[in-house]
Order: sequence, then structure tokens, then C-alpha cells
Amino acid sequence: MLTIENLHASVADKPILKGLNLTINAGEIHAIMGPNGAGKSTTGYVLGGRPGYDVTEGTATFDGQDLFALEPHERAAAGLFLGFQYPVEIPGVSNLQFLREALNSQRKARGEEPLSGGEFLKLAREKSALLKMDMEMLKRPVNVGFSGGEKKRAEMVQMGILNPKLAILDETDSGLDIDALRICGEGINAIMRAPDKAVLLITHYQRLLDYVKPDFVHVLAGGRIVKSGGPELALELEEGGYEGVAA
Amino acid sequence: MSTQTLAPTSKAEDWRYADQAAVAQLWPVAAEQIAVASGDSRALSIIAREGEHHAREIAIDLADYATMDLRILNAGGAYGRVAVSVRLGRGASFTLGAAQVAGAGATLEIVTTVTHTAPDAISRQLIRSVAGAGATVSYLGRVAVEQGADGTDGEQSVRAMLLDRSAQANARPELEIYADDVKCAHGCAVGELDANALFYLAQRGLPPAAAKALMLQAFVAEAFDGAQDEDQLRALAQAALEAVL
Ligand SMILES: Nc1ncnc2c1ncn2[C@@H]1O[C@H](COP(=O)(O)OP(=O)(O)OP(=O)(O)O)[C@@H](O)[C@H]1O
Ligand SMILES: [Mg+2]
Repeated sequence: MLTIENLHASVADKPILKGLNLTINAGEIHAIMGPNGAGKSTTGYVLGGRPGYDVTEGTATFDGQDLFALEPHERAAAGLFLGFQYPVEIPGVSNLQFLREALNSQRKARGEEPLSGGEFLKLAREKSALLKMDMEMLKRPVNVGFSGGEKKRAEMVQMGILNPKLAILDETDSGLDIDALRICGEGINAIMRAPDKAVLLITHYQRLLDYVKPDFVHVLAGGRIVKSGGPELALELEEGGYEGVAA
Repeated sequence: MSTQTLAPTSKAEDWRYADQAAVAQLWPVAAEQIAVASGDSRALSIIAREGEHHAREIAIDLADYATMDLRILNAGGAYGRVAVSVRLGRGASFTLGAAQVAGAGATLEIVTTVTHTAPDAISRQLIRSVAGAGATVSYLGRVAVEQGADGTDGEQSVRAMLLDRSAQANARPELEIYADDVKCAHGCAVGELDANALFYLAQRGLPPAAAKALMLQAFVAEAFDGAQDEDQLRALAQAALEAVL
């Protein structure tokens, strides 16, 4: 589904990613762990196409397409979803209005019929219920005044509504309380565990991986994947830290 | 010949950002008079969209305890000006919510003079302007508090959003206070759309123009909050924004 080869990327002319290789197949769940500042969020932003994150070398192929040739909204329509480490607040723009427009823009780009107001509300209600989020929250402006955990949960509702093929979830677990962590973990499984979908979890802790069991765990350090393994690698890291690995 | 018959030049303070050629064609601009009797209230929406050039001059007289809610959508043509002068009596209340949407090269301006002539009157002005490439949006707003108009409460909130480096915004709130116990506040900000928010919206699938439209709608909608014809004003503003993006 996603093949990243020798990816180099800079932010403000500072090289951050330095030869990253990663292949994610449909049906797989991958986790990336790594020290602060390693380039994990940068990887997500580069794949999402955030302005200011410049690819200087390497390729990324998503579902057979050259990902870097697509605009950010085209990547979304192609099925890429980025869960933000810090979801952005957008005053005055309601979640429902924004999500309906976003979903219908994606559908239009894929040559699908737009959802009617009623169909959309039904979908939004269903996904809010899945994440046990009060539908009233979706009437409020995007992330404005949401607590840290509420923002993360709202992101999972967005993911449910937009139904991507590949979700890159950047520290979705941070800020979630114990119950919310379980609810979001189960939500990720419900939405994304499918033979034609894949997930890349960026996380610092095992706790999310207890709910969303990864097939592969990678360590990103210094802008590259320095070690890959199975789910046991996350446990080893939690025991011994990055010292032995990232060196 | 009185000077009144001559079109003003850019030397006149209230006309310094005007499109002089357009003003010469429009001159003289007849003032429209509105008087709200003691204790009465009045709501009015002015939509300035059609035509190449337009200029309106509105003089409002609010008697004691009269209330006026004025909304303006200034969004059309190459030059658009709405000038409002208001005199407030004792305990009167004036609300202005104005949005300006200037397409490429347009010059739009709102010019207000709000005079508190007696105690305890309230004025609230909220102006939201959007300027496209080469456009100029201006707000010139004078609040005058006359002698004896103690307990005046005046507020001006002025924000402009520039969509292009060549766009320009002028904001000049001005206070003249000759009374005691007066509460006057103003805030001005000129900015650009938040790049983080635009990327967030794009990452969810919105094309750039749709993402900008969504954010700008929210930005100008503040000017129409609580208006009688809020939905209609919002829809007209949205159409104006779509024409600019
Ligand atoms: N605008 C910028 N200018 C300069 N350096 C930047 C900029 N943005 C990010 N960086 C640097 O890029 C590096 C990678 O940042 P990134 O956010 O990808 O780290 P991360 O692995 O997600 O860390 P964390 O675990 O703390 O979230 C950091 O050293 C950071 O300081
Ligand atoms: Mg990060």
C-alpha cells in the first residue's frame, strides 16, 4: 500500500529525514517509536504534504501512485489520513460543516456521489457513538475549547467518517485518559482493521499497542529506521529504552 | 459656490483611501437620513454588491433610549464606500456589524463617525474585511464623546484578512473624549489565514479554495451574529467570498 524509499526531507533547510525506508502492506499495522525529535511527526507531515516540509530525495508510492506528485487534498482523497499530534483549532468552523464538505470533496474527487445532509448526519452519529463522543461536540467549532483528550477522540471520529485506506496516527494516545485510550484503541480497530486498509501508529508507549496490536514495530532515530521487529520490540524498548537501539 | 459641491480629495481625512476617480463620478453623494424616535428600535441591512462603483452616506439620529442594529455587506464593484454617521442620545444603543469582501484590485471602505451626545449610550462596531490581490480595504472610525456624555460605553473591533501580498488593509479607529467615566475600547488586527488550519483542512480533503472559503466565511460571519436576517447575510457574504477566491 505504501512504499517509502530512501526518503530525505528538510524543514527550514534543516535535514530531518535522512534515508528513511518503510513498506506497509494492506492489512498490516505498523508502529513507529523513537526518541523525541527523531523525525516521527515530520514523517507524517511529509507524507501528508504539509507546506514547508521539503522532500529532497527519495520516493513514496501510495497505492501505485507517486504520493509526492499529489496535493495534500488529493492525498486525502486517495485515502491517506493523518491524525495530528496537535490537532488544530479552527474558530467559527463547525466540525459537522467541515467534515461534510471534506467528505464530499473526497467523494467528488473519486467520482462518487455526494452524501446528502441526512446521510451524512447518520454517518456522523454512528461514528460518534463508536467513539462514545457526544454528537453535540460535532456542532462546535473544530477542536476549539476541546481538551487534549477530546481532540484526539474527535480525530478518531473524523477518521471514522472519512474512512481512509491508510491512517498515520501521530501520538493519538497522548492526552487520553485510561477509558478513552481503550475506546480509541477499539475505535481504531473497528475502523481500520481490514484486509484493504493499513495503519501506521506513531507512539511512545506500549499502552496503545495493547489495544491495537501491531504486526511490525520500527525504531526511528536520527531520521532513519534503525531497527525493525515484531510486537515484542515495543516491549523490549519499554524495558531498555532506546540507548542500545538508536546508537 | 460652496465647497460642498466639489468632490473631496485624498487630503480630506475621511477620503484618504478612496478611489478618487470613482468618487469624482459618484459625487455628490446624497445623505440618507434615518431617525429613530425615543425608545424605538430599528434594524437595517445594507447590501452593497451591485454596480461598478457605489457610495452611500447615511446619517442616523438616535433619540434617547433608541436602538439601532445596522449590518453592512460591502462587497461589490471596483469601489465601494459606506459612510455612516450616528448621533446617540441618552441611553441609546448602536450596533454595527460590517463585512467587506474586496476582489482583485477593488477599493472598499467603511467610514463611521459615532457621536455620543448624552450620558449612558452604548456603541458597538465590529468590522471584518477580506482583501484579495491588489485590493484595499479600509475602516475609518471616529468615536466622539461629547461633553456631558458621561458613562459612555464604546467598542470597536476591527480585523482584516489579506489573501495576497499585494492586498492592503487600513484601520484607523479614533477617539475623541470630552466626558468622564467613559469606557471605550478598540482592537485592530490585520492577518493572513492560518497556514496550520489550511493544511489541516486540506489533509481532510478540502481543496485550497474550499478550505479558504470555509475559514473566511467563519471570519466574516461574526459581523452578522445575531442579525435579524443573519442567514441571508451569511449566504450573500459566502457568494461574495466565492467570487473572490
Ligand atoms: N520549523 C522547524 N525548523 C527547524 N527545525 C524543525 C522545525 N520543525 C521541526 N524541526 C525539528 O525537526 C526534528 C524532528 O521533529 P519531529 O516533530 O518530527 O520529531 P518527533 O520524532 O515527532 O518528536 P516527538 O516525539 O517529540 O513528537 C526536531 O529536532 C525538530 O526540532
Ligand atoms: Mg512528534
